[in-house]
Amino acid sequence: MTDITAQPMPTKPPRSQWRNVWDQFRHHRGAMIGGITFLLIVAGVVIGPFIYWNDPKFVPTGRDFLTLRDMRPIYVALWDPSAKVDWAYPLGTDNLGRDTLGRLLLGGRVSIAVGLTAMILALFLGTLIGLVAGYFKRLDGPLMRLTDLFLALPILPMILVASVLFREALSAALGPEGGIFVLIVCLIGVTSWMPTARIVRGDVLALKEREFVLAARSLGTRNRKLISRHILPNVLSPIMVSATLGIATAIITESALSFLGFGFPPDFPTWGKLLNDAVDRMVLYPERVVWPGLAISITVLAVNYLGDGLRDALDPRIRGR
Amino acid sequence: MLTFTIRRLIVAVPTLLFISLVIFLLLELAPGDPMAQVPLTVPPEVKQKMREALGLGEPVPVRFWKWIVQFFWIEPQVLIDHIFGTNLAEGKLRVISWQTRSPVMDIVAQRIPQTLWVVGTAYVVGILIALPIGIYSAYRQYSWFDQAGTFVSMVGFSVPPFFSGVLVIVIFSVNLGWFPSIYDTTLVVNDWASFKQQLMQMIMPVMVLALQITAQISRFMRASMLDNLNQDYVRTARAKGLGERTVVLIHVLRNSMIPVVTVIALGVPAIFGGAIITEQVFKVNGIGQLLITAIQANDLPMVQTLTFIFAVLIVLFNLVADVLYGILDPRIRYD
Repeated sequence: MTDITAQPMPTKPPRSQWRNVWDQFRHHRGAMIGGITFLLIVAGVVIGPFIYWNDPKFVPTGRDFLTLRDMRPIYVALWDPSAKVDWAYPLGTDNLGRDTLGRLLLGGRVSIAVGLTAMILALFLGTLIGLVAGYFKRLDGPLMRLTDLFLALPILPMILVASVLFREALSAALGPEGGIFVLIVCLIGVTSWMPTARIVRGDVLALKEREFVLAARSLGTRNRKLISRHILPNVLSPIMVSATLGIATAIITESALSFLGFGFPPDFPTWGKLLNDAVDRMVLYPERVVWPGLAISITVLAVNYLGDGLRDALDPRIRGR
Repeated sequence: MLTFTIRRLIVAVPTLLFISLVIFLLLELAPGDPMAQVPLTVPPEVKQKMREALGLGEPVPVRFWKWIVQFFWIEPQVLIDHIFGTNLAEGKLRVISWQTRSPVMDIVAQRIPQTLWVVGTAYVVGILIALPIGIYSAYRQYSWFDQAGTFVSMVGFSVPPFFSGVLVIVIFSVNLGWFPSIYDTTLVVNDWASFKQQLMQMIMPVMVLALQITAQISRFMRASMLDNLNQDYVRTARAKGLGERTVVLIHVLRNSMIPVVTVIALGVPAIFGGAIITEQVFKVNGIGQLLITAIQANDLPMVQTLTFIFAVLIVLFNLVADVLYGILDPRIRYD
């Protein structure tokens, strides 16, 4: 007879997995800086337009137009005393007299909203297809062929074409801004789920052979419960990593579309749109190019570092080293 | 290996057909009317005839079949005619652009050299920079060089080409005045001065594209080298008394190159796609710029053909990558 009382009773509750992940994540300097930067940017563009004093959509007319247009950022006064600057307009105004900082904040709201929603859509599709393909053997072949076909599509040309073709129909149905938002989010989401689906399928295939799945099944767990209770929580970590990478690519794609003139309507600022509008005058007003460009780059860089740290933190082989 | 290649080629055919169908159906939904520019005084029956002349009157499957025949049967014949001087395609209807009323493939053939020059040079430059960086940062893992390399490649991932391109224009052509900001495609290189001019105008677009390529490939190179540096055969090689240079640059490098070569092959079509933006920034009139103008002008045959060419590139280089992997790595046998 085995003696079970000899084992020492654990005095502390076992550390949860997410506690370990957080500990690992906290020591990844790049990831912490990236995460904090991203949170600050998100907070800035969400709260910023409420507390910032200038209305980004206000276009001055008459004499005001002449005094308020083409204002330079305040720091230009450091080396050029004759520059037209005003403390009320920290980053200056554009050629129509609209406040640059205000438009930058409002544009960031749109860019980040597009990035987040497109990422969620892509993750949903990718996870669904990956789970189904990995779990149900009969659907594996067809779904993976579908994934291969999507991977063979020329994404950027197709997005460009589709954004032109469906623009008017959706604008008529949902209004010019809402229509384009839905269109761009759907286009990016529908064309970027494939890597997630592949990773999730691979993980599900491996998990399906494990004993705990067999145990759950022998207890009479139904497929739906088995997936949601036992399989899905175990594939969460690759999904989270592809989520961060998904935000980065979605923001870049949206900006690229706006930059090429296939994005939001002209008076609706996004970072890519602001950059595109400023290119024509970049010789005289380089700041109008640099600020939106920096905003895109820093956001994407922060998200990429966040994803890098998350991947290290969620990988149990690296964790604890 | 040969049977595998043939099998993959056969599988590629339905893939391409399916993709061409997807592209065709996508454009079929286009609400734009090619007759929109025609004056309102033109009577409707004449308009109807003009539509039929553009090939718009027939049902969708017939038009799809006609496009397939034109693209896969007549265009290759034109190419053969061009090379061997035969006249196989004499009098046959080719894919005609609605913008210029000239064959689409002729315009594509005019535009491809510019794209190939810029993209090809950028790819080669990017790889040549990326490989040494990847090798050295793996060899000295976590050194300051490795940290700097990681940061630079993160920046390369994160800074989109439409910002880095505009930034180098502001710095190098507006403020410093070193390079021209617009790519002049009419330049004929026939002497030293024009060669120098060509070089000057290529530097900036190549730099912008190469930054992205370097970022990706140096990461892969580093990861692949790290995988191999801890293997037993490396210890064996060192124990035999081989020099450090031989161990790293011959034993480890050759094994690490296997996945990197396939990544390089897989990246080629993506670079063509990314070049659309770079071409737009530097006003290179290559195929990316052709695609943008065609989309804006609602020139469906041109858009369809160009998108399909991009798809062919992707399928082709996927195939190349798979075959290369089998050739380079003797552990992998497909049959």
